Amino acid sequence: MGKKNKTSESYYQASQWTLMGRKLVKHKLAKFSIILLAILYCIALFGNFLAPSDLVAYNSKTKNCPPMRVRWMHEGRFIGPYVYGLKTERNMETFSIDYREDTEKVYKVHFFVHGTPYKFLGFIPGDLHLFGVDEGGGIFLFGTDSMGRDLFSRMILGSQVSLTIPFAGALISFVLGILIGSLSGYFGGVVDVIIQRIIEVISSFPSIPLWMALSAAIPSDIPVVRMYFYITVIISFISWTKLARIVRGKFVSLRNEDFVMAAKLAGVSDFQIILRHMVPGFLSYLIVDLTLAIPGMIIGETSMSFLGLGIRSPATSWGVLLQETQDVTSIALYPWRLIPLAAVIITVLAFNFLGDGLRDAADPYK
Amino acid sequence: MNMLKYIVKRIALMIPTVLIISFVVFFIIQLPPGDYVTSYVARMSAEGEFFTQEMIEQMRDEYGLDRPWYVQYFHWMKGIITKGDFGYSFTYLRPVWSVIMDRLGLTIAVSLITMLFTYLVSIPIGIYSASHQYSVGDYLFTFVGFLGMATPNFLLAIILMYLSYVWTGTPYIGLFTQEMMQNGLHLYNFGEFLKRLAIPVIVIGTAGTCGVIRTVRAQMLDEQSKQYTLTARSKGVSEKTITYKYCLRAAINPVVSGLSNSLSSIFTGSTISAIVMNLSIQGPVLYESLKNQDMYLAGTILLVQAVLVVIGTLISDIALAWLDPHIRFEQRKAA
Repeated sequence: MGKKNKTSESYYQASQWTLMGRKLVKHKLAKFSIILLAILYCIALFGNFLAPSDLVAYNSKTKNCPPMRVRWMHEGRFIGPYVYGLKTERNMETFSIDYREDTEKVYKVHFFVHGTPYKFLGFIPGDLHLFGVDEGGGIFLFGTDSMGRDLFSRMILGSQVSLTIPFAGALISFVLGILIGSLSGYFGGVVDVIIQRIIEVISSFPSIPLWMALSAAIPSDIPVVRMYFYITVIISFISWTKLARIVRGKFVSLRNEDFVMAAKLAGVSDFQIILRHMVPGFLSYLIVDLTLAIPGMIIGETSMSFLGLGIRSPATSWGVLLQETQDVTSIALYPWRLIPLAAVIITVLAFNFLGDGLRDAADPYK
Repeated sequence: MNMLKYIVKRIALMIPTVLIISFVVFFIIQLPPGDYVTSYVARMSAEGEFFTQEMIEQMRDEYGLDRPWYVQYFHWMKGIITKGDFGYSFTYLRPVWSVIMDRLGLTIAVSLITMLFTYLVSIPIGIYSASHQYSVGDYLFTFVGFLGMATPNFLLAIILMYLSYVWTGTPYIGLFTQEMMQNGLHLYNFGEFLKRLAIPVIVIGTAGTCGVIRTVRAQMLDEQSKQYTLTARSKGVSEKTITYKYCLRAAINPVVSGLSNSLSSIFTGSTISAIVMNLSIQGPVLYESLKNQDMYLAGTILLVQAVLVVIGTLISDIALAWLDPHIRFEQRKAA
């Protein structure tokens, strides 16, 4: 009895956000997605530590090597995790190089090894890696690419770009969309007409020529990651239009509500009315929009990389890794190169399910 | 009569919008450093040709590329308005319009079939998912839909091409076989053509399909819990009538407003997937022309696209007014 009273009281006193949070946790798929995304972002954060090798390392002796199997038993005896060395053989039928395991050579897997130095968060120097093998061997959990680079490391380090920059881009267009949409809807009249025309022009603009023109126009002597960031920023300057339309529609219908009139009479400034009284009324919907915009940007990044725009090797992202699989031959011969696709799909799905969960949680009638 | 006035007003508003878009388009096309001559010389030099500075200047002069971009723009626009001349394609060495016309038929065919596929597949699935919410079928379609949305199109194309090769032994790359290109498309090889059309249609179609399924499903669910549906049900109207006559009509609104962009995509078709699948449609031409800075060709394709977007928006607004009495009455009040 006492407990029930307490819960119902806390229910009535809970803020909008607390209620949303509670509903969100009940949405199993959304909860799972949050955990998954948290793990993915942690991997990206500690990428340099988790990846056994860095971006510039390559080895012509390990080109197109398939994923390695980590073994535990050697000659009937448990010796802990290890991998075999690689032997190459020329396949006389197809003239391709086949890799065989060299059972003579055993490279043990060690944990917390000192390896290639890196800078954690960009400024803390370190050289500790989660795992590595004995000197002379290599460990390729997901195989290697055509330059003998470890796909596992590249995927992890690529996530640092693929997970963060789309997020930043979505955030910029989110802020712009709310700001411009609310100005247009709140003031109406000439401001509205001008903004709507601008939106019409921008939204009828096709994305591919824009990408091509911009990535060609940005000077090529700046670091690739920064260049990609610039392109993302510019794209987000284009992609706010849809959100601005939605926000404008909401403002037009809210503008004549009594609470806005009351705020105006009380002498609240226009800026305050927009930010403190009107935006919170539908912020939850906007956040759904934000979560659904990020996967779109992640997919967009892969398309850009496919066209050879954006990031270039040796810097990497998931899009760059997938770009290397853009012909049928590489899928037929080196199917492990599709592993980054799984990462893209999982991330995009997680963001979508999270968005779905948020939408349900934000709906007060459900 | 009011409707007519409204349409005329909208068409009048279209002209400045299109002009602004074309101006911005032209500006952005010439934004990358260099021009067609630079990229042409670079390509030819790579093949061992030699150019003197004088020759390069002469080429530039011939094409009028030495003038500032806005002068080029006004010349181009003047040609279009006074003579219907869209300029000259440097790569194809032909008038731009004939290059576009070459591929127009096939592009429209592929796009229309894709669109038909998208709507025929996604609207029924959306309705089914909504009426059987949380059933196995609903989960399955939702999952497949999300999966399609999460896979980059060009990879889907490559994977399907590979699978079709493994399963049938024929590589389905491009729309035509060698034989079709020589003898033309006839009734006897039409079946083969349709077979080759399947992968492009699926690949280009899925991108839109998932979105439409999600929208129709969400909208139908909304409509189903509204009071008018409850009233209709309590009066004994059959489920079929409720679904198709009441709910669907309201639910289809956002799909119709989404049509406004379809018109321009019919004209260009998909770009990236078309490059991967080696389809001879407009998209790859646009991409190549942008890459080579064949600016009049690129500019014309983008200009036509812009016009089609604006016309598409108008058509979808008219369709919405016809479909949705709310909008119809609002227009009547405004006019």
